[in-house]
Amino acid sequence: MAVNLNRVPMREQDPEVRRRNFDEVALGYTLEEAVQEAKRCLQCKKPMCVEGCPVNVRIPQFIAAIVEGNIEEAFRIIRQTNNLPAICGRVCPQETQCEQRCVLGRRGQPVAIGRLERFVADYCMEKGIEDEVEVKPNGKKVAIVGAGPAGLTAAADLAKLGYDVTIFEAFHEPGGVLIYGIPEFRLPKSLVKREIEGLKKLGVKILTNVIVGKSITIDELLEEGYKAVFIGSGAGLPKFMGIPGENLNGVYSANEFLTRINLMKAYDFPNSHTPIKRGKKVAVVGGGNVAMDAARSALRLGADEVHIVYRRSEAEMPARLEEIHHAKEEGIIFDVLTNPIEVLGEDGWVKGLKCIRMKLGEPDESGRRRPIPIEGSEFVMDVDTVIIAIGTSPNPLIASTTPGLAVQKWGGIIVDEETCATSKDRVYAGGDAVTGAATVILAMGAGKRAAKAIHERLSKEE
Amino acid sequence: MYRILRKEKLAPGIWLMKVMAPFVARRAMPGQFIILRVKEGGERIPLTIADYDRQEGWVTIIFQEVGLTTRLLAKLNEGDGILDFVGPLGRASELDGLKRVLCIGGGVGVAPLYPQVKYLWEKGTSVDVIVGARSKEYLILEKEIRCICNNLYITTDDGSYGRKGFVSDVLKELLDQGNVYDRVIAIGPLIMMKVVSEITKQYNVPTVVSMNPIMVDGTGMCGGCRVTVGGEVRYACVDGPDFDGHLVDFDEAMRRQRMYREEEQHICKLMEKEGL
Repeated sequence: MAVNLNRVPMREQDPEVRRRNFDEVALGYTLEEAVQEAKRCLQCKKPMCVEGCPVNVRIPQFIAAIVEGNIEEAFRIIRQTNNLPAICGRVCPQETQCEQRCVLGRRGQPVAIGRLERFVADYCMEKGIEDEVEVKPNGKKVAIVGAGPAGLTAAADLAKLGYDVTIFEAFHEPGGVLIYGIPEFRLPKSLVKREIEGLKKLGVKILTNVIVGKSITIDELLEEGYKAVFIGSGAGLPKFMGIPGENLNGVYSANEFLTRINLMKAYDFPNSHTPIKRGKKVAVVGGGNVAMDAARSALRLGADEVHIVYRRSEAEMPARLEEIHHAKEEGIIFDVLTNPIEVLGEDGWVKGLKCIRMKLGEPDESGRRRPIPIEGSEFVMDVDTVIIAIGTSPNPLIASTTPGLAVQKWGGIIVDEETCATSKDRVYAGGDAVTGAATVILAMGAGKRAAKAIHERLSKEE
Repeated sequence: MYRILRKEKLAPGIWLMKVMAPFVARRAMPGQFIILRVKEGGERIPLTIADYDRQEGWVTIIFQEVGLTTRLLAKLNEGDGILDFVGPLGRASELDGLKRVLCIGGGVGVAPLYPQVKYLWEKGTSVDVIVGARSKEYLILEKEIRCICNNLYITTDDGSYGRKGFVSDVLKELLDQGNVYDRVIAIGPLIMMKVVSEITKQYNVPTVVSMNPIMVDGTGMCGGCRVTVGGEVRYACVDGPDFDGHLVDFDEAMRRQRMYREEEQHICKLMEKEGL
């Protein structure tokens, strides 16, 4: 039987409807659809997809279980290496990882591995199926700094190995970027909460409202009997452009805009008490996933017009294709090869965004073609809100209060890539705190490697 | 939950709360602040730490009922819990190595001034204090401050206590009389800190002000608290809250403070209807 070169499509909310609500956009596969899609897998002897996965999920095996209709077994297989499948199935950039390596991709569409992973996780969550893990406590305490993807993953792996794990989280809710950054319409918060509940069942303690570096230092944690510390504090510091007018009322960092909406639920004001300015004409500066999230959130808050303003061309945009596609479907306007040079104000509030047109020159150090301003092409975009989404950098709070912890000039913690060990004994780090802003799955991969290295180190000790 | 050990009314609409928060108390220093959330669905607001005890694990906050969150907070009583309470945030004030300091507090700004006066006094620093209030009944911490400073000057807007006028009037007089201070510390409404800084600039007295802008996380993540200081953008939560008063762009800060005024009025009206 010839393999169907096209994947089974996934149902989505209609763009006209979803652009005004915060409900999830993608609706997931049914059991029938999942089995049909799973049958497309060729079950390669040497599965390239697994190599493309930062946590090496045993992809052909779980897909084979779906074909047999044994979803529980599929779940068990995924959970052996991935603690957060419902999340990864939604926010992993599969097109540059597992799915990019799929042999079907050479002639047609690769197997929809992400969608299948999501289906398995959702199916089992709905049915209340959990994988049974027998934990034998070994009494050794490990501290995790930050309850984001890296920290949650390291915590789960260590807890399963019997460690007494405590996560210290600065916010009032655990989840890190999964809670404050990624919007509800891409990743429902109820899912994140359920994954965290699962972690607590493994015996992991989560202390919210504790800022390591302020409330307590890394050295104090070690003195208090934690045998190892894993730092997964993320890259939370927003970058601004440094152009005139950036402090006008109505200019947000994407971090602030998204935190108000996602963590603080400002879209539900006044039921939720945190306010947010609901702009009518919004410009989002940047071309990454965060820019797409901010733009689509602004639309859902009721904006008439939302622009993505990006200085390179669409081909250079770092955002996932799927996100760009979704944004366009919802009516986001793309102004590419356009660079803001000044935020214009009136009575202290944003009145417009002065931009200049760009053209592409020779490739720069990032390998992408360098944008060059076209002289005399300045124009004013009529907007009342500007959101800056040009990236974030690691928070210096921990580095500045931890003597002996080596960091890069730009703030990233320096580690051994294989073990995530830092320059400081018993202190490990991973995720965005090390790499700068990257993906959820890369952070999870680092959390796994760190857990393994911590276990190797501590199992040698009495 | 962070339990309220003591609640005391200091003036109409101004409350003191002693809150059990060992993780805040253990490293708290004068000048630092906390962020709290009263209940589920509530806003995160920053409040300066007014006092603390590391051994017993409590910190004191003093706040005025102005917006919804402070009004909800004021409704809590001794024994009740505050949902979230995180800190200490911000940099501690740099108070060492000073010989003679003039501390100026306006309104509820006297509360964050208090631990600084106390710290300076305990270090043997010579401290003069000017405290300003709307009227006698709004004056707070007079007794506490009087016994930890060399001279205390009180002004009220309406002349109902102390001298009629503003803290700036006394400041000018003290400087005109030839008093020499190696620092002025001013905490209060933005307009007060602005006026104080303008005066001390003429007299070349280094001046530190404490900024209290709108913020969400308090750890440098949102950038909502940005302040322009000497032409550079700084975050009050991690670079401050103390800044050189001669360099702060107060007009911008006052404008940014008004960002959500409409929303605040709207939600307060709604809640009043529901019987807040």
